[in-house]
Amino acid sequence: MSIYIVKRMVLAFLLLIIISLITFAFINLSPLNPAVVVLQAQGIPDTTEELIRQTEQQFGLDRPFFVRYLDWGMACLQLDFGHSYVTNQPVWSTLGPAFVNTFKLTLVSSIAIMIVSVVLGVICALQVGKKVDKTVRGIAFILTAMPSYWLAALMIWYFSVKLDWLPTSGMDSYRSYILPVLIITISYAGIYFRNVRSSMLSNMNKDYVLYGRASGLKESVVMMHILRNSLQVAISIFCMAIPIILGSTVVIENVFAWPGLGSLSIRAILSRDFPVIQAYVLILAISFVIFNAISDMINAAMNPRLRNGL
Amino acid sequence: MNILEVEQLSIWDQHSGKALVHDSSFQLRKGSCLAIVGESGSGKSLTCRALTRLNPKSLAQSGKIVFKGIDLTTLSEAEIRQKRGKEIAMIMQNGMSAFDPSCVVGVHFRETLGQHLGWKRRVADDHMIKAMERVMLQKPVELLRKYPHELSGGMLQRMMIALAIVLEPDLIIADEPTTALDTISQYEVIQQFLLLRQTIGSSMIFVSHDLGVVRQIADEVLIMRSGEIVERGTTHHIFTNAQHEYTRYLMATRATLSDHFRQLMEGS
Repeated sequence: MSIYIVKRMVLAFLLLIIISLITFAFINLSPLNPAVVVLQAQGIPDTTEELIRQTEQQFGLDRPFFVRYLDWGMACLQLDFGHSYVTNQPVWSTLGPAFVNTFKLTLVSSIAIMIVSVVLGVICALQVGKKVDKTVRGIAFILTAMPSYWLAALMIWYFSVKLDWLPTSGMDSYRSYILPVLIITISYAGIYFRNVRSSMLSNMNKDYVLYGRASGLKESVVMMHILRNSLQVAISIFCMAIPIILGSTVVIENVFAWPGLGSLSIRAILSRDFPVIQAYVLILAISFVIFNAISDMINAAMNPRLRNGL
Repeated sequence: MNILEVEQLSIWDQHSGKALVHDSSFQLRKGSCLAIVGESGSGKSLTCRALTRLNPKSLAQSGKIVFKGIDLTTLSEAEIRQKRGKEIAMIMQNGMSAFDPSCVVGVHFRETLGQHLGWKRRVADDHMIKAMERVMLQKPVELLRKYPHELSGGMLQRMMIALAIVLEPDLIIADEPTTALDTISQYEVIQQFLLLRQTIGSSMIFVSHDLGVVRQIADEVLIMRSGEIVERGTTHHIFTNAQHEYTRYLMATRATLSDHFRQLMEGS
């Protein structure tokens, strides 16, 4: 098992290097000269040749690609993502707090998603084909089919405006979390609980379940074995939901005015603020790699057959 | 004296109403071995699982199953559970899939022995190790710590036999135990089955479509075809004097196969 963990971490590290290189390269492939963007962003109307060269020197843009990449990479390791072209502030000073805010929302939502998916998945699998199963699947189908911004608007109108129970927007207390978490959970758990359900169902028909029953094991003991094997799916869901939600909270953050990554990244993209975009993409990519590695490790701990797969 | 009497057992699918096993009755004498032979889908496995009510809920069954004087169909779920494993043990067809893939195999034995005999881990392991040595498994202590995928089908099959040796059931149901094995493992497993019968003197139902194996191990044979028993008799009778057309067909197929095999061997 420890060999597996080491191998998996080496693999994750290699992936990170490749991702950072690609991120850096793509931004550099943009047809716009960053120096021009900087000058425009700072509101200078006349971009003369000399001014551009000066700016290139100032930001180190005249050096070769790999030198700039190494420089940028080393700085990133120290959370120094450079300065924003627009505000001239260090990128991390705005991106950091936004990341923390989004991460909090994501973490709470992922936990809610996992609990709801597992509970509904297990209930539906045990009641397969019966009323409970059909009702839950029907409701989940309708809810996931609704666009999340529309659902959010409906809920704000009902719970915040009409009943005045919850805040309409912002991030003030734990009560601010309730609506956004609810909406994110609805849009993801409705899909993920099906995975748990089908995984439970396929495990319930396995030979080891029959042999367990034929050996006279209690139903609760047999059920624990089924759960143990089915929950690997739930763990993968949980770990992969975190980066996916991190990257897709844009809509929800805008509806609820959540001071997070989503709104920040949109602004950066619209104003072509390259350092901020680079940092944003990199952070998302890193979180994908990290949570993917964590999910693999937990699964390998639970399913020994996977350990030889690397 | 009969240890098991099955009367008019029928099994059908509740959704479609399709009959899968129709009105089959048979008896098993104490200490003897009954082979159920038939092609895939003839209802052999369904019949075996119906004995301890292990078929999925979508299948319904009717008829009497009298085991040691008690009709198993009248027992509650908790009562029949106490019989499963302890009094009627099952040996599965495929050892590789019969154990939870995420646990070491020892877990299943500890759970089963703990359930029926209330043994703690140490006691259960000690008994298992002794039984595993009797079925000629090397290094039993290490084997208990292995995951199913690290062992061969033959080894896992012998471990199931070892568990049966510890539990000393009155009836062992072996559902095609040799089908998934290569010839050498098949031979070894059959030897263990013969030994198992000698050691604990249990009765046995042996499901198979391998007539060679059946001839070695069974006292009586039951031929099933599409859910019905078409012929029954002592092993000797079935192999020498089969009456039903289907039984003769099975024998003939076997003869063709072995003749072909013999030709190949002589040819080389």
